[in-house]
Amino acid sequence: MTATADAPARSGAARTSVRTQRARRTLVLLGLVGLVLAAALASIAVGTRSLAPGEVWRALFETDPTNEAAVIVRQLRVPRTVLGLLVGAALGMSGALMQGHTRNPLGDPGLLGVTAGASLAVVLAIAVFGVASPAGYVWFAFAGALIGTVLVYAIGSAGRGGATPVTLALAGAALSALLYAIVRAFVVSDSRTLDNFRFWQVGALAGRGEEVAWQVGPFIAVGVVLALVNAPALNLLGLGEDVARGLGQRIWLARAVGLAAITLLCGAATAACGPIAFVGLVVPHVVRALTGPDHRWLVPCSALAGAALLLAADVLGRVLARPGELQVGIVLALVGAPFFIALVRRRRTMAL
Amino acid sequence: MSATLERPVSGPRGRTAVRIGPVSTVLRWRQVLVPLVALVVLLLVSAVSIGRGDFPIGVTDVVRTLLGLDEGPQEFIVRQLRAPRVVVGLLVGLALGIAGALFQTFARNPLASPDTLGITVGASVGAVAAIVLSGTSSAGAVLGGFGVPIAALIGGLVTGLLLFVLAWRAGLDGYRLVLVGIALWSVGSALVDWLLTNAQIYDAAAAYVWVTGSLNARTWDQAVPLALALAVLLPLALATGRALSVLQFGDDTARGLGLRLPIAQTAVVLLAVALTAAAVSAAGPITFVALVVPQVAVRLTGGSRPPLLASGLLGAVLVVGADLVTRTVLPEALPVGILTAVIGAPYLLWLLVRGRRRSTL
Repeated sequence: MTATADAPARSGAARTSVRTQRARRTLVLLGLVGLVLAAALASIAVGTRSLAPGEVWRALFETDPTNEAAVIVRQLRVPRTVLGLLVGAALGMSGALMQGHTRNPLGDPGLLGVTAGASLAVVLAIAVFGVASPAGYVWFAFAGALIGTVLVYAIGSAGRGGATPVTLALAGAALSALLYAIVRAFVVSDSRTLDNFRFWQVGALAGRGEEVAWQVGPFIAVGVVLALVNAPALNLLGLGEDVARGLGQRIWLARAVGLAAITLLCGAATAACGPIAFVGLVVPHVVRALTGPDHRWLVPCSALAGAALLLAADVLGRVLARPGELQVGIVLALVGAPFFIALVRRRRTMAL
Repeated sequence: MSATLERPVSGPRGRTAVRIGPVSTVLRWRQVLVPLVALVVLLLVSAVSIGRGDFPIGVTDVVRTLLGLDEGPQEFIVRQLRAPRVVVGLLVGLALGIAGALFQTFARNPLASPDTLGITVGASVGAVAAIVLSGTSSAGAVLGGFGVPIAALIGGLVTGLLLFVLAWRAGLDGYRLVLVGIALWSVGSALVDWLLTNAQIYDAAAAYVWVTGSLNARTWDQAVPLALALAVLLPLALATGRALSVLQFGDDTARGLGLRLPIAQTAVVLLAVALTAAAVSAAGPITFVALVVPQVAVRLTGGSRPPLLASGLLGAVLVVGADLVTRTVLPEALPVGILTAVIGAPYLLWLLVRGRRRSTL
């Protein structure tokens, strides 16, 4: 008697809580879209020569090649902003996927061997092939990232029982250490290599140009699609592999799609800008506190938050060190970390 | 009162019940054998390492000289030139291996280590700042006046204390510790990268060698303070073993089993920080030892958490062995931090490929 009277009330309460949660998540999503737009506008307007919003708008449609504002906006700032959007989104998204797959809060996408592989390839490009420009590093770095990930996945899944979060994370950490050791052997014994490599290693958007955005853009696009496809499967994998298998999930397929997405996203981002660890590590933790652990929301929201954060840090780097600039990787860590610590301390962080 | 060793009729292999009067315990043979074998290998490698160099000395002569039985021309070489280097390497490996095991058990995370939680990076900030800034500004000159080891020690301790203070909120939580550690790590590595990009290229090269971890030109000046620090810290660290065995089950269970959680947690974290800072100050952040040696140790001993003593001894074997290889086999004297990874990483990878699937730490 009481049970039947109770049931509708309880399901009603559940329905409203689901509805408020959805409304909240939609609000978060819209807020993030607004942030991305604001950051993009600021990134086009702010710099050594600041432009008013109206000037930016006119410059976007100006065809006169002698107009100074048009040259700045169309040849320098728009490509840089587009690249920042792509890279930030890719890093945020791959971070969310990586933490979901390894179920480890330390799961930065570079852990899969992406950053270490790219670093080794760039060092080889500098030391052996004499390449010395960011655009020249791109293909080397991307190839290195791909090889690094394939190796980590092969080793991590070679043991009895296949790839588990722990074996993947440990294989990634061990292989990364090995590759970094080779990087350091080159860098320590050759000062010309060190001189080029130390500037790549910081992670920056400066001096990349339109060309680099076109080079990595297609890979990031494919990665974004794969990541969105992979998100629902991650929710099931989060219940544990046995439960996921019981619910009809093909584990190996979900893992393969996820790792392909991480490799494409993080590899392309690293190839374009050098290693930027902070976005992939921190953004998913912040977003998880806002949206909850549902990956269907977490993954796209992390992409938006990553893009907004990277652009904002880049703008800040241009403002702080005028007329020069501070590399975006450094600004991110110095400004972002205190905020992150405050967030961690203030609320119960959503455990993975 | 006779000690009896009896093998249970049925039960897990490799275990023996030991009963001495009213006291009884389970002896897991691998957990005894692995540290013993590691100790023997460590002594052997150390003796060989002291003997090798431009002036080769046999192992027996090395031992005789160290024991004071033999006072020949090699005494100066052995005692003043080669022994301190090997001793520093041995102590650093010991400290880093144990610090890694402490952090990994405390955070219940195989990736937690002084490297990923920012402590070695904090020490690097101190050292790199001392190397790079000493000629350029007055603040830098003060820092440079301390000398690199002290700057590194301060950097490591400050970062470790920050980690502790910022992660503390009515007790420590492994998860929050890891998140705060990530943030500190990213700040530290950004500062190091920034210092490196702004340095003169020869300063940057010196800083890069330090950041990799090197045993070059280490004397008793580094070995003695480190030995004194470890003489205090190591017994304390080993004494936390019981608390760690309980902590690995989770905070609630540990509390239920009667562990005074805040005290145990504070002890574990502060000891790990102090061990790391002492080690890094002497030899730089020799990469990889603290992260991976405990994982190798747990796979060799077959326990449920990284064993402290075995991790320390294996860490020492790794560092001293890597140093021996850099000095004798390679054509160029690379920093030892490169070799620890080149030797240790494939070994862990092999253990992973061969090993049974573990879903926990």
